[in-house]
Amino acid sequence: MAQIEAKPAARPLSPHLSIWRWGPAMFVSILHRVTGDGMALVGLPVLLWWLYAVAAGPVPYAIFAGHAGAWYGKLVLIGLTYAFLSHMASGLRHFVLDTGAGYELKNNALWSILTPVLALSATVAVWVFILLR
Amino acid sequence: MGNGTELGRVRALGSAHSGAHHWLLQRYTAIGNLFAGLFLLFSLILTTDFSFKAIHDWLHAPLPALIAGLFVISTFWHARLGLQVLAEDYVKDNANKFAVIAALNLSTFAGAAFGLLSVARIALGGA
Repeated sequence: MAQIEAKPAARPLSPHLSIWRWGPAMFVSILHRVTGDGMALVGLPVLLWWLYAVAAGPVPYAIFAGHAGAWYGKLVLIGLTYAFLSHMASGLRHFVLDTGAGYELKNNALWSILTPVLALSATVAVWVFILLR
Repeated sequence: MGNGTELGRVRALGSAHSGAHHWLLQRYTAIGNLFAGLFLLFSLILTTDFSFKAIHDWLHAPLPALIAGLFVISTFWHARLGLQVLAEDYVKDNANKFAVIAALNLSTFAGAAFGLLSVARIALGGA
């Protein structure tokens, strides 16, 4: 019996994280995915718990508020605030890039650095406002 | 799919001709998340009273209830699209990928329905 089936040759794969030299655009791209998927997996369950608690009455709401107001709850909420604002900032950057603008090397690197920094400043501003008023 | 020539092995493995739809929906839902999310964020920042009554009264009003409901639809839809890309990138085995995306569809629809029922209960139930 003649064996004619050729073994599929190993085909070239596009270079991945281990190949590229780190740069701001790569960092903000990964951050966008981490914050987005983080919000999907952590933020949406928190959103549902909150909506359920408000719908279900004062006792379930008090349980939610007890956890949300504790130090670990605040930590999660601060993290989600940063994830929301960071994902929003890099998402707005994506809208600009979608139009074909902002690919010049210096401009691209500048906004790649600015988006997470602006989000961090906004997160600090939001929580200073909430905690210190 | 053939197993002889190079061409035979790759035939029918080209573009799915449907990627633009996913890409556009990711943008449309992103715009929804942006406006509804900022509305809810600013409302919560400017609230000083986080008691049950204050939050319930606020979400009981027509406009906040409408925005909250739209936020649930928009975020769960956006999350479904985003997590699908995550699964497609990192789950290599086709059977596992099918299972993960099936579970993803069911859980995002279930989550969105639960959120909408909660909002409806707040909006239409007694004050």
